[in-house]
Amino acid sequence: MKRGMLAALGVAAAGVVGIAAWLEWPEIGEHVTATDVPPTPELIEQGQYLARAGDCIACHTVPGGTPFAGGRRIETPFGDVFSSNLTPDDATGLGTWSSADFWRAMHYGKSRDGRRLYPAFPYTNLTRVTRADSDALFAYLKSLPPAASPPKPATVAFPYNTQLALRVWRALYFRPGEMTEDPQRSAQWNRGAYLVEGLGHCNACHGARTWLGGTDAAAGYSGGTLPQLGWDAPPLGADRPLTDAEAAQLKDLLQAGTSARDVTTGPMAEVVFHSLQHLRDADLTAIVDYLRTLPAAHPETARFGPLVGAEQGDALRMLGATVYREHCSDCHGADGLGKPLVYPALAANRLVTAESANNALRTVLFGGFAPSTAKHPRPYGMPPFAHQLSPTEIAAVLTYVRSAWGNDAPAVSPAAVSER
Amino acid sequence: MTALERLWPGLLLCALALPAAAAEPSSDIEPRVEACAACHGHQGRSAEEGYAPSIAGKPARYLYEQLRNFRDGRRQNLVMQPMLAFLADDYLQEIAAYYAAQDPALRVAQRGAGEQVLATGRALVEHGDATRRLPACQECHGANLLGHEPAIPGLLALSPDYLAAQLGAWRTGVRNAKTPDCMAQVASLLSPDEIAAVTAWIASRPVPEAHRPSADTPPELPLRCGAAP
Repeated sequence: MKRGMLAALGVAAAGVVGIAAWLEWPEIGEHVTATDVPPTPELIEQGQYLARAGDCIACHTVPGGTPFAGGRRIETPFGDVFSSNLTPDDATGLGTWSSADFWRAMHYGKSRDGRRLYPAFPYTNLTRVTRADSDALFAYLKSLPPAASPPKPATVAFPYNTQLALRVWRALYFRPGEMTEDPQRSAQWNRGAYLVEGLGHCNACHGARTWLGGTDAAAGYSGGTLPQLGWDAPPLGADRPLTDAEAAQLKDLLQAGTSARDVTTGPMAEVVFHSLQHLRDADLTAIVDYLRTLPAAHPETARFGPLVGAEQGDALRMLGATVYREHCSDCHGADGLGKPLVYPALAANRLVTAESANNALRTVLFGGFAPSTAKHPRPYGMPPFAHQLSPTEIAAVLTYVRSAWGNDAPAVSPAAVSER
Repeated sequence: MTALERLWPGLLLCALALPAAAAEPSSDIEPRVEACAACHGHQGRSAEEGYAPSIAGKPARYLYEQLRNFRDGRRQNLVMQPMLAFLADDYLQEIAAYYAAQDPALRVAQRGAGEQVLATGRALVEHGDATRRLPACQECHGANLLGHEPAIPGLLALSPDYLAAQLGAWRTGVRNAKTPDCMAQVASLLSPDEIAAVTAWIASRPVPEAHRPSADTPPELPLRCGAAP
């Protein structure tokens, strides 16, 4: 009896130690040293460039507000968090921070007081950033005019708002560590990998997420729905390697927001507007060089609305062809090829043929403009059709464009359109 | 006189003309903004005059401020905000200049209202209420309510629903403008009944032949307005 109890106690104790060790794992080897890098104009300029590469401004600025003063609401499935003030204001920003404090946040995901940060701040990516780049970023942020903008408390629900929950999350999904170069690949490819996996934090949207909001490395860049934004992020890998011409078009798309065949919309237009258009040509080439080697990954998206039977599908396609002729073909062409740099092609367009029709539906309902960029400052716009077409007509025209000109995507039910 | 010296006045003129020329709409702008026509009508003349008003012929500076207000969230609209979210200031300025240059072709969007209501509305529009420091609409928007270049819009030929919705939105903080937001101040002084009366009276006004905003020197404004300095 006594021995049995002892054994049980021993197992329990081992379990506690094991869990404690597991929770402690991401924290092991935490080492933050002070650096003394004089904030030269060159360093500040480099930091500004890196801030753009990281698109820091997008989350750390309220629309129309002071740049980098934070306060923007970031919705998550666990509650809302508000971005922090990155200007050097002593009371509410980074005024009293050191470059070491900043590095701790970037590399270890911890605030100056050691508090673990919510991973809405993408430190699972930013940990890949080098100390030198972190110091340059910090020098740039310190050079901004200080703006008073007090932190707003997150509304994350219990138990997700506890430090213990964050320890568990970090044990599951976070390993601090800089990027290691792949010696088999070119310097250009490695530079692309550094930007995509690190500052660019592309997998924040284009990577699959687990039910606890962790990025799922095994699923890679399979994309998925961004329920808080109402958009889907497409997968980034391709079934076959991109041809050089396709890679060049992808670079145009990321740089100008509009390519010969395609435009960026929704959250990606924001990334192009604030970040990618400002990157050096060589860095965009590097990013594309890396992206084109990503293996194919397919999203597990829920079915978009009810299944459409063959007969109903045919009827929708017939009505859709009429709607298309009346409302769409003037711009996108009877052949679905659009007009280069003006109206995107719908044939073989990934937004059109995605398994889920969500992004295509949004585009038809609300319209939109491609972003203004240095290379394409006066983009064309697509009108909203929400008030012009009935749900059945919209389902019909979507069904038509998703199956015309060699496109082969499932039909869209009118019920799925009415739900929006 | 050398050729260069003879050219000087011309060159100088060109240099002076440049900033103005930058605001001129270029010839290929129309197809770029065709998306706007779905709600605001061809060349900005709205067919329905409901909540998507005509924008043709409104002052360029006013239109530009509204485009920025929508983009930056000071005005809220489910379609307008995402539509403009990633357009640069220069482009918005060009779009505003294009619509400002269009012929407004206004017509009255009238709706019946009781005599008492119209009388209340008329008194506020023409005289305001000095006891609570409420300026008359006409003080800024002009005796004929056609507005003033470059930043004060005309109020005629808009549906009373649209006008009332704007005043209501200002009153509740849903519509905002650059601070100091004079119209928010005005709207906060109006009761819902007064908003109904003012908009009924304005909507009942005939639209004169010449219906462009006045290009005279703008009046001394009774309130400070960030959008019309």
